[in-house]
Amino acid sequence: MRVGVVRFPGSCDEVDAQLAAGRVGEAELLWHADRSLHDVDAVIVPGGFSYGDYLRAGAIARFSPVMESVISFAREGGPVLGICNGFQVLCEARLLPGALLGNVSMRFLCRQVAVEVVNAGTPFTRACAPGDRLSVPVKHFTGRFHAPAPELDRLEAAGQVVLRYAAGHNPNGSERDVAGVSNPEGNVLGLMPHPEHAVDPLTGSSDGLKLFASLRDHVDGLVPAPAL
Amino acid sequence: MASSPPRPSESAVPPAPTAERALELGLTGDEYSLICERLEREPNELELAMFSLMWSEHCSYKHSRKLLGRLPTEGPRVLMGPGENAGAVDVGEGLAVAFKVESHNHPSAVEPFQGAATGVGGILRDVFAVGARPIAVLDSLRFGEPTSARSRFLLDRAVAGIGHYGNSIGVPTVGGELYFESPYEQNCLVNAMCLGLAHHQDLIRSAAAGPGNLVVLLGASTGRDGIGGASVLASAELDEADQAKRPSVQIGDPFEEKRLLECCLELLDAELLVSLQDLGAAGLTSSSSEMASKGGLGIDLDVGRVPLREADMEPFEIMVSESQERMLCVVAPERMAEVLSVCARWEVRATGIGEVTGSGRLRVLEEERVIGDLPVEALVDDCPLYDLDPVAPTAPIYSPPPPTLHSGEAEESLLALVGSPNLASRRPIFEQYDCLVGSRTLRRPAQCDAAVLALPTGAAIAVSIDGNGRRVACDPYAGAMEAVFECAANLACAGAEPLGLTNCLNFGNPEKPHIAWQLERAVSGLADACEALGVPVVGGNVSLYNEGTEGPIYPTPIVGMVGELPDPLRAGRLAFARAGDAIALVGPFRASLAGSELAKLRGEPLAERLPEIRTEGRRRALAAVRAAVRAGTVHSAHDVAEGGVAVALAECCLAGGLGATVALPEAEDPPAALFGEAPGCAFVVSGPREALDALSATTPVTALGEVGGDRLEVSAGSARLSVELTRLHEAWEAGLGRYLG
Repeated sequence: MRVGVVRFPGSCDEVDAQLAAGRVGEAELLWHADRSLHDVDAVIVPGGFSYGDYLRAGAIARFSPVMESVISFAREGGPVLGICNGFQVLCEARLLPGALLGNVSMRFLCRQVAVEVVNAGTPFTRACAPGDRLSVPVKHFTGRFHAPAPELDRLEAAGQVVLRYAAGHNPNGSERDVAGVSNPEGNVLGLMPHPEHAVDPLTGSSDGLKLFASLRDHVDGLVPAPAL
Repeated sequence: MASSPPRPSESAVPPAPTAERALELGLTGDEYSLICERLEREPNELELAMFSLMWSEHCSYKHSRKLLGRLPTEGPRVLMGPGENAGAVDVGEGLAVAFKVESHNHPSAVEPFQGAATGVGGILRDVFAVGARPIAVLDSLRFGEPTSARSRFLLDRAVAGIGHYGNSIGVPTVGGELYFESPYEQNCLVNAMCLGLAHHQDLIRSAAAGPGNLVVLLGASTGRDGIGGASVLASAELDEADQAKRPSVQIGDPFEEKRLLECCLELLDAELLVSLQDLGAAGLTSSSSEMASKGGLGIDLDVGRVPLREADMEPFEIMVSESQERMLCVVAPERMAEVLSVCARWEVRATGIGEVTGSGRLRVLEEERVIGDLPVEALVDDCPLYDLDPVAPTAPIYSPPPPTLHSGEAEESLLALVGSPNLASRRPIFEQYDCLVGSRTLRRPAQCDAAVLALPTGAAIAVSIDGNGRRVACDPYAGAMEAVFECAANLACAGAEPLGLTNCLNFGNPEKPHIAWQLERAVSGLADACEALGVPVVGGNVSLYNEGTEGPIYPTPIVGMVGELPDPLRAGRLAFARAGDAIALVGPFRASLAGSELAKLRGEPLAERLPEIRTEGRRRALAAVRAAVRAGTVHSAHDVAEGGVAVALAECCLAGGLGATVALPEAEDPPAALFGEAPGCAFVVSGPREALDALSATTPVTALGEVGGDRLEVSAGSARLSVELTRLHEAWEAGLGRYLG
């Protein structure tokens, strides 16, 4: 598997995502001004403050040259994972439903939380079982997932709510404890928690590695095994 | 110092230079005469503005430089010592850690969000100016009591500002400290420390080299923000007209700095720069003159080529502006095209604004016209250095704190202490900072007494920042020593051995004899403690004139220390880990309530001295604990600091969610045994009994009891306390949170 991690000016967690994906495959950075995705098998839109995020989180990044290609890649079924600011960018790009608003505390919050896998059928969660509890950190100011109630009903019914904060762990006031949502096809996932910061017991947890391992299994499964 | 510094709006059209004008800008009459003598003429308006900044306390250290000579600065691991943008130590395998602490006190007292944010921005630039990638930030904060609305406002906004800058730029804030004392009510302290990582060969100095090379300004355009910051804000006491100084506070843009950081590191990586220097206090004036001075050369600058935010800026404004997110570098002419191409990629503005000359003069040009022409040496080196006139105060300088604890009962005292703003959980603060970005953080806040960061070598570094102004106010010599020992104790709990130290000396007006005495005694204490531990000082900062109309701050030397530990798997933790583990007090502990938190809560006047410090016993205790943590034979280690043994035990219980049953032996004076302090000499350690006993070969070990249960039970002679962890936890979590809305 070759993963491309987008680097916008103002990205902060792109090297962390590259290191995390590099544990299960190959990973390289994709420059924001470059339209080419360099034939990667999957794309990660990482955390940070793309273009400073002075207007609205993700609002500028969504128009960058690389995102034109990421949008086409996603529409063609390519796996795209948006983490934190990447989630915000994918929502702004209309690849994902809903929107992310300021935390109810109106403060930036960095904390280890427990997240439950709701849908283990996506390319990002297939190494998990439904109900698996993952210890993963969040760190954001704009992480409160919002969608109108009928839309939330529909997302839940369609299995698009992929990850939820465990009871008592919702850090930001997200509706229905939504921590991660996918597009209807399941090939685009956005989540506020940072799985790339949970890939080594030395730094606190390795639970996030399951998401990267899932992605590898998915990608490698797509490639036909060479004939013997 | 001048009591009525000019307001920027007035100074926009400077009057004809006179000795009187020099006084307004903060120079003394004698200093002005000296300037005229060195120039053999009167300076013009521009030149006078430049001198007033370079000869300000903030830039010249004129009241502290002689004292700072006492600090030991050499050691086998030192790669860069004081004088560069940041110091650097060797961490093995060709890697270096660069670090420095700096204050941004007065800007934060005037505008806390931007003041604190740009404090972080400034210290980050100091670190990447030496070619190191910033990998961690720590902060040290002091405010008045949180019962005051102003202090709560300053706390809330300063913390938000630190988070805004650090979080946005992708450098983790991994540690810090925070205390509330009424002498900081008007003049809060915001000190920020940054660490960076570099290969030895990539460390770069700021000395200009190669006459004919280009001087290139990188980053943000230059505006009127921060005009006169170094003299107006940093080198004078605060007064009631603080708000009028808000235009002197710079505005931070972390996105600009993020691009500037990545761009500078790429330029250095490609070996395109001859030297690099950040623009901090006194802007272009100080950065260019210091680069020229270090290289023994001259620089010609054309203010007409500096990109401006406002078209009608005067040359002196351009030369002294403290606009943020700017760097100055020296580039060989044949590499300029490559430099411009890297800068274009990062969307960083790069403008050749001058050149290195062999003249030894800093010349300011406007188009072809020379509008300022000064010997570099006069600007940088010729500011007179003053001897202090220290006189020990004969009467107390500070009034006693208001009493908040009226009970003498042990249990209530413990709950009051763990719930007091100085000791309560720091979670509401540190959760506002990203402590993880970079994937190096092995110990986050509240997991260990020091933050621990992984190195690419497979080893790790630990870092801590410490200071206790109230104890230094009691006894400047012993209090300053304690700060060094406590910082080293924090490192020992992680298993780390100190490599180097940085300090920020936050004091009042040094022209007052009793402040001079505090400063002189504290620097002696720092020097002696560093000598005793063999830790070199690799850099630092001095912040004087921290006074308001109500008087001076507590003398507050802040110490930041970096140490190394070979095995990250064995980085220490402070939490009690296993029920049934033995608990011991390790180290030559002699508890005293002098200068303690309990004495503060009781409203007692400040003690007039602290117990004498015996360095050899402390050094041995540190070594014993460090060795045990490194060997993995103990399960937890935590230094006994504010609130004494009882509070240290409570902190280990709270962190681990495990209770403990303990009997303290020294019990003639139960409150002292429970809550007496002696920072930096003793530890609460848990683990197998044999492992704790083994420590007694080199340092005193007192068996205290055992980990387990859901209560903390402590007996000390006639005193006895037994508190459920849930009650402790409630008090501890609410202590600070209640003030943060």
